Amino acid sequence: MTTLDSVKHAESTPDTALPWAELGLKEDEYARIREILGRRPTDAELAMYSVMWSEHCSYKSSKVHWHYWQENTTEEMRAKMLAGIGENAGVVDVGDGWAVTFKVESHNHPSYVEPYQGAATGVGGIVRDIIAMGARPLAVLDPLRFGAADHPDTKRVLPGVVAGIGGYGNCLGLPNIGGEVVFDPSYQGNPLVNAMCIGAMRSEDLHLAHASGVGNKVMLFGARTGLDGIGGVSVLASETFSGDESGTGRKKLPSVQVGDPFTEKVLIECCMELYREGIVVGIQDLGGAGLSCATSELASAGDGGMRVELDRVPLRATGMTPAEILSSESQERMCAVVKPEDVEAFLRVCRKWDVIATEIGEVTDGDNLVITWHGETVVDVPPRTVAHQGPEYHRPFERPTEQDVLRSATPDLLPRPSTPEELRETILTMISSPNLASREWVTQQYDRYVRGGTVLAQPCDSGMIRIDEETWRGVAAATDCNGRFVKLDPYTGTQLALAEAYRNVATGGATPLGVTNCLNFGSPEDPGVMWQFEQAVKGLAEGCRELGIPVTGGNVSFYNQTGDTAILPTPVVGVLGVIDDVRRRIPTGFGNEAGESLILLGETREELGGSEWAHVVHGHLGGTSPEVDLAREKLLAQILVAGSRDGMVSAAHDLSEGGLAQTVVEMALIGQTGARVVLDPDLDPFVQLFSESAGRVLVAVPRSEELRFTELCSARGLPWRRTGVVVPESDSLEIQDVATFPLDELRTAWEGTLPALFD
Amino acid sequence: MTARIGVITFPGTLDDIDAARAVKYADIEAVSLWHGDHDLKGVDAVVVPGGFSYGDYLRAGAIARFAPVMAKVVDAARGGMPVLGICNGFQILCEAGLLPGALVRNHKLHFVCRDQWLRVENTSTAWTTRYEPGAEILVPVKNGEGAYMADEATLDALEGDGRVVFRYVGGNPNGSRRDIAGISSRDGRIVGLMPHPEHAIDALTGPSDDGLGMFLSALDALQGAAA
Repeated sequence: MTTLDSVKHAESTPDTALPWAELGLKEDEYARIREILGRRPTDAELAMYSVMWSEHCSYKSSKVHWHYWQENTTEEMRAKMLAGIGENAGVVDVGDGWAVTFKVESHNHPSYVEPYQGAATGVGGIVRDIIAMGARPLAVLDPLRFGAADHPDTKRVLPGVVAGIGGYGNCLGLPNIGGEVVFDPSYQGNPLVNAMCIGAMRSEDLHLAHASGVGNKVMLFGARTGLDGIGGVSVLASETFSGDESGTGRKKLPSVQVGDPFTEKVLIECCMELYREGIVVGIQDLGGAGLSCATSELASAGDGGMRVELDRVPLRATGMTPAEILSSESQERMCAVVKPEDVEAFLRVCRKWDVIATEIGEVTDGDNLVITWHGETVVDVPPRTVAHQGPEYHRPFERPTEQDVLRSATPDLLPRPSTPEELRETILTMISSPNLASREWVTQQYDRYVRGGTVLAQPCDSGMIRIDEETWRGVAAATDCNGRFVKLDPYTGTQLALAEAYRNVATGGATPLGVTNCLNFGSPEDPGVMWQFEQAVKGLAEGCRELGIPVTGGNVSFYNQTGDTAILPTPVVGVLGVIDDVRRRIPTGFGNEAGESLILLGETREELGGSEWAHVVHGHLGGTSPEVDLAREKLLAQILVAGSRDGMVSAAHDLSEGGLAQTVVEMALIGQTGARVVLDPDLDPFVQLFSESAGRVLVAVPRSEELRFTELCSARGLPWRRTGVVVPESDSLEIQDVATFPLDELRTAWEGTLPALFD
Repeated sequence: MTARIGVITFPGTLDDIDAARAVKYADIEAVSLWHGDHDLKGVDAVVVPGGFSYGDYLRAGAIARFAPVMAKVVDAARGGMPVLGICNGFQILCEAGLLPGALVRNHKLHFVCRDQWLRVENTSTAWTTRYEPGAEILVPVKNGEGAYMADEATLDALEGDGRVVFRYVGGNPNGSRRDIAGISSRDGRIVGLMPHPEHAIDALTGPSDDGLGMFLSALDALQGAAA
């Protein structure tokens, strides 16, 4: 670099060619930037626009469908939300003056390139989003998708991802309370690494990202800024991830950022102390697009004007250019707006925690974000044009013709086990298959105990933590998505994901309150993928309306594909619920009471399209997904919460992948207690054991409560069937007229698979 | 007189609120101590809790032993003050020379978090008098560098002196020599262990309440001293 590309320089050299195409901008987008500025952008401005207008930051392909959220959020749903879509994370009121914030984000592409750091920094990013709302982060969950379990590359990716999540999350002192691990060949070259974080605060402590108050100071604090992750947003999260030297003639560090969890842990505690002292006016984390994003979002959410002296930013590399500093994605950094009289107090708190803090600018009464470099202006832009007025694409979407072929290829003619011996073998095959086997190999690498408030965690249906030690109030969360169902029918499949997460929260005894999502799809340039996406958003928005719980935020990840082959569409749905007293949570394993009956809630139909059985035994995907009945799900949740409140339910477990067989095996193994299951003589045993009909939960009910509970179900119109008894003195699971399994045999089958694959 | 136990927070400490909660569950006042403190605020005993002090990028506990507060802890411990090191705290006590041996990376190289059975081998230390000899307790273990190592002579001496306080039973989670989960100083006042008794004080949030006995033992030791 010889000449600094200042605004003045740009004005005097209007014809200088800039590498807008290499930075991922389209020709018309570049023309619009020139139009906004009335001149060519400087290279620093181009860096800002290109990252902020990338798919990852601007949602340019997806936001055209966001009207579905607006249309389907009723006033009643809005009333529970303290902050919604557009903020760093959604916030819901959970009662007693507590507000809870929660969000999921993807870190898919970095985690394929560099599994450990990709996954680690994914945790770091979502945790900073939660801090930026003014909340203390309290727990994380990790929805993960990998290629075939026995594929050699899965052995590279999965252990790295799991170690990265553990290595970072454990060091932050956040319990990991749930998530998913799903294998499917469609994720082979494109694993999904989503991370969810939950935080809590007193309602009055909610901090929104805005920079208002002329003269207020802009403080950058946390780690130094380096060359890592430059171009990460526009290159990695968009069309290709081949890496980019971007023509400056200098070798960049790898585009995947490197995390330092210790710095983040200290940053968390530092922020909590700053909040307690009440010296933060506005705050924003630095994630994708780094300072470009933080300064333009803070400024545009405030009064607009901000001045930043970029040469004051503490660096960890020498010779960095203004464009590099603006687009660096160095981790563990935050940006706060502070009143001038509080700057000294702010610096004192940062010093206590050995956090580097620097005043880099101030809020002005102008309209523009002005960034200088040693006195010369290198950026002078209306911040909203960077942060919120990016391009909006109306991409074509169309139901692919193959969809009919897929739906007509039903599983009806697949050979089924019919003799007791065949059923017995199928049960063992299923419980040891990669998607149904115990996740302990993964979850034991995560700390679920830290902070001492974890009441439910894996292998339970939902995670649950206590948020108030005085009142025992707590929150629960679950994430779910069966991509095969979404593939068969994106609208219904997404509602099934919502229904399952909702049900899982209620299965622990909590009342569902709000929804977040991480919509992982293939290329938006493929009209078939865009159709899946449109259907998924519509299905989720309308489903939430029916359930009466709002979508508070979410994340979109496109371009999840290998070559032309997209992943199974995977709209991961996260549901958050509240429980007024965690001591009444419902455990997953049975055997907690002396005598318990097993009661199956809901109806079992022959629904095997997209089922785990068709996948494991026949490698088949086709037909129709199970039906979804959200009114029924709502009723089921109410019954479960009532059962928890009145002590009528002593254990509960949702029926999903693998059906009743999987659920009852898990309840027995987790509870270390035997049982006798009696199937309905009027229904095919195979269908009863393996169908994946939605809206079902198997509950254990103390004998003394059985009549009261079943009368409640009947009175409310919830179908139920007595399906067996828990046998505390037995160490085997008997499925009458089918097979009797010693629990040890089941445990060996269930627990052996992942260690055999990944140890 | 109310007993007071200090709980140290280093930057990167994670289980300090858990340790303080466990202390309170035993009806003892918990006093927070900061790594930069030059005094122990008059506490009667100290818990060095788990976490990743200063990030533990060099070697677990290697930096923390140089913290100003640790100099005071070492002095007080040499004078007989009860000190409990849990997980990272155990690593720090070893690094500080208060306990022999070292903790190294788990044998399978993974972080391991699981519910673990321990046998209480010595019920005469300041932290274990509430247990029956040979009692088996269920507490979480969670660490990446939890394999206890020492040379054979040291291990023999520890065994011979009854200084092996806790031993893993039902499977060794990390490759510790002789299944050792926790040890004590010669006078039984200082105990270090990798598993987390502070996470087992209530069967709702932990696998059991078996860990509470350690804090109640300390209460007895402190009240006995006062009486």
